[in-house]
Amino acid sequence: MKNSIMETILFYILAALIVVFAIASVSSRKILRAVIFLLFVLVSVSGIYFMVDYSFLGAVQLAVYGGGVIVLIIFSVLLVHHVELELEVTPLRKKLLAGVISIIGLGITLWAIYTYPFQATGAERTIEVRDIGLKLLSYGEGGFMLPFEVISILLLAVMIGAIVIAKGKKLNE
Amino acid sequence: MIEGISIYEVLTLSSVLFFIGVYGFFTRENLITILMSIELILNAAAINFVVINTYLYPDFLQGAIFTIFIIAMAAAETALAIAIIINLYKLVSSVEVKDTQVLKY
Repeated sequence: MKNSIMETILFYILAALIVVFAIASVSSRKILRAVIFLLFVLVSVSGIYFMVDYSFLGAVQLAVYGGGVIVLIIFSVLLVHHVELELEVTPLRKKLLAGVISIIGLGITLWAIYTYPFQATGAERTIEVRDIGLKLLSYGEGGFMLPFEVISILLLAVMIGAIVIAKGKKLNE
Repeated sequence: MIEGISIYEVLTLSSVLFFIGVYGFFTRENLITILMSIELILNAAAINFVVINTYLYPDFLQGAIFTIFIIAMAAAETALAIAIIINLYKLVSSVEVKDTQVLKY
């Protein structure tokens, strides 16, 4: 019982961190701070993955987002901005409109969630890396061999494409 | 599943995260910050996949595997978008949305 209370408190702390830093990330006027707030959101989301015992996903989230995507975004910010530059102020009318649309959408989504009777099984299962690996590489029924290969080719294409695009005109001449 | 937390609470969290991302997508006027809002939206979708898998179908793995695919797609999309943004900055010296109205053809 005590364990359950601890997990509840931990979940609410993580949820509060996610919501507060997400709002800070979309409303901060200093762009580098917005990126760091986004990093906090992503790390908290990986905390949620660890809480539901999906340790592999949590590790992937930390490595790819915390290690890769954030560094990429920070580098691009440093390449195209002055660090001290403040973003333009969005007009209040636009902010209000976007806020109203978001809140209406949130209301509809929450209404749909709370009126649907989810039947949670209550069963516990720890997913191991071995299971994920076997599932990804199996070509039997319900296997993910083909999507796995497609993703590999996509990543290769993106790597080449990013180099070609970022190089600009020089490659074509 | 998390002891003492029902599926409704986690789905509420992911919906709130999703619509914060949508709000950022509407209000931001800078290409890089719009990209960050997209990251928030993708993360909300990934939480949904994981939570529905672990609460409703604990014997299956599909949610976890789709989350891995979402993370791979997000990384690919970010790398490509940032390459485009940097190239655009070389051409028009700005990454504001209002300065990027001209297409090539």
